[in-house]
Amino acid sequence: MQHVSAVREPLVTGGKTLHDVTQDICYQVEAKPNIRWMAALSVALFFLGVFFYSVYRTVWYGIGEWGLNKTVNWAWDITNFVWWVGIGHAGTLISAVLLLFRQKWRSSINRAAEAMTIFAVICAAMFPVLHMGRPWLAFYVFPLQNTLGSLWVNFNSPLLWDVFAISTYFTVSLVFWYIGLIPDFASIRDRAKGTIAKFSYSMLSFGWKGSAKAWSRYETVSLILAGVSTPLVLSVHTIVSMDFATSVVPGWHTTIFPPYFVAGAIFSGFAMVLTLMLITRVVFRLEDYITLEHIALMNKIMMVTGSIVGVAYITEFFIAWYSQVEFEQYAFINRATGPYWWAYASMMTCNVITPQLVWFRRVRYSIPLTFILSIIVNIGMWFERFVIIVTSLHRDYLPSSWAMFSPSIIDIGLYVGTLGLFFTLFLLFAKFFPVINMAEVKTILKYTVDNGPTYNPQKAAHAHAPQPAIGAPASAPITYNKHD
Amino acid sequence: MTKRFAVGIFEDEDVLLHAVENIRAAGVKIYDVFSPYPVHGIDDALGIERSRLPIAAFFFGMTGLAFALWLQIYMLGFDWPMIIGGKPHIALPAFIPVAFELTVFFTCHGMAITFFTIQGLYPRPKVPVIDVRATDDKFVMAIELDETSSQFSRLTQLLRENGASEVNQKEMTNN
Repeated sequence: MQHVSAVREPLVTGGKTLHDVTQDICYQVEAKPNIRWMAALSVALFFLGVFFYSVYRTVWYGIGEWGLNKTVNWAWDITNFVWWVGIGHAGTLISAVLLLFRQKWRSSINRAAEAMTIFAVICAAMFPVLHMGRPWLAFYVFPLQNTLGSLWVNFNSPLLWDVFAISTYFTVSLVFWYIGLIPDFASIRDRAKGTIAKFSYSMLSFGWKGSAKAWSRYETVSLILAGVSTPLVLSVHTIVSMDFATSVVPGWHTTIFPPYFVAGAIFSGFAMVLTLMLITRVVFRLEDYITLEHIALMNKIMMVTGSIVGVAYITEFFIAWYSQVEFEQYAFINRATGPYWWAYASMMTCNVITPQLVWFRRVRYSIPLTFILSIIVNIGMWFERFVIIVTSLHRDYLPSSWAMFSPSIIDIGLYVGTLGLFFTLFLLFAKFFPVINMAEVKTILKYTVDNGPTYNPQKAAHAHAPQPAIGAPASAPITYNKHD
Repeated sequence: MTKRFAVGIFEDEDVLLHAVENIRAAGVKIYDVFSPYPVHGIDDALGIERSRLPIAAFFFGMTGLAFALWLQIYMLGFDWPMIIGGKPHIALPAFIPVAFELTVFFTCHGMAITFFTIQGLYPRPKVPVIDVRATDDKFVMAIELDETSSQFSRLTQLLRENGASEVNQKEMTNN
């Protein structure tokens, strides 16, 4: 008894049964690590080493190891911070917003996307903490009593809002992700052969048995967590943007920042999800779960948010002119034509022009093109933050203090190093945790699975397909575009 | 404490749903149903009441909001007032972001803790399950057996009639 919709693409292909899902997803967890995974992990670990070395230099010798100067006193650190936090947003969007909108296709990608969120936020948090110079005093950001008496943190400061936003975002994402993992850990536990595996997954599964009452509560909790995560994800990048928007620096002091940053965050996040998913589906042979349809849908979201970002760039320019504020106008003219024109040009090309290619169906459904596109968007979004931060600072009100910024080797090491940290965590996750939410994929299986590799949409759509015109030969094939 | 169960294995969620309804109609008390994913409609079939967790969520949220407002108003308004940017000590609009974040923080963690507590979920080294296939691809219905010996064969027949592909007897200690 399989139900196939005529107008919808199957979400999972290959005629999978419930047992096949368990088998396919648990296979990676149970199998010995393959050589490609080992190779990837070694590369990631090398860059993790680079990260630790850069952290050591930053902490031991101080912030002077970075390329900052008196004029440009925020550069790669905050660029990377915003970039990483932004990347995290796609995970929450997929896990929370698409859950509320009942977008069932999210099931195959939400687990990995949420993992990406958590790892991206970890990477992001490194930068403000290291920029403190004395990271062992990082607890000063919390409203704790000062040793001298009761001197509290400044709740009027957007940087403090950021502390609350990022820590809430991180812990909420972690809890949401973990609750989703529990039933899948139970599946692995009940299949585990080895003693260590059985023990570890028993611990991780929290004693989950899948009883009806437990599922009922699980679904309620998921819905509530999705409900609170949705405004949360919007608030996080809003607050990040307020770090800039509440200042009086021309180029930062812009009311458009919150929505513009949120759109940019989702844009870059989906680019990163695509990059990771395109690799994961090939390495772990998950083509039946993460189908071309998924890739096309993510491409569409990328295009929509990319276009919002494009409109925001143009609006900023327009408002700079319309405001008649000389400094604001100069900040934007300087961005586009000043010494950092190349960063601005890369940003415009990568973020505004390339996503428009997704209008072409062939691009949307092409794996190599999507992969290249997603990398370009990731680069473009990094440049966006660099442009906003550095070009606004490097020529301020006083021409005598104008300066250029050039990153030190430690700056580069830290950035590349967080990529190493991110990929190390992601590879470990992909090996030891189920990369696809099995329980959730099983719920959609019955209603969306096709009838095997020889799926025939015309046959399946028999009842609803348009009838051949009267007079047409009875044998004429019924033709319609199944993507319409 | 050792309990004995008649365990019916079902292959399909729709068959299971009908079976639950019929078996309950026959006056048999179902101990529990285990499934690899949430089966829609099983709550009604089993007579599980709608969860009151959303009410708890609301109160957790309100606690967070109240805590955040107290935190900011007390610290900056009363305990150590400071003039920051010439603004009032209690600058409520500036307190909105932290108030919002703490509302979400309390709701989420309160919900998680409540869920784990009422469901008895905590890390444990060994998890006894009635049938391991319940987390894979089978739907498992457990009916507790009393001391009468004829009960199992009667239940076996009932479960079979309602589409169970397999009926086993299982003893569980400390379940």
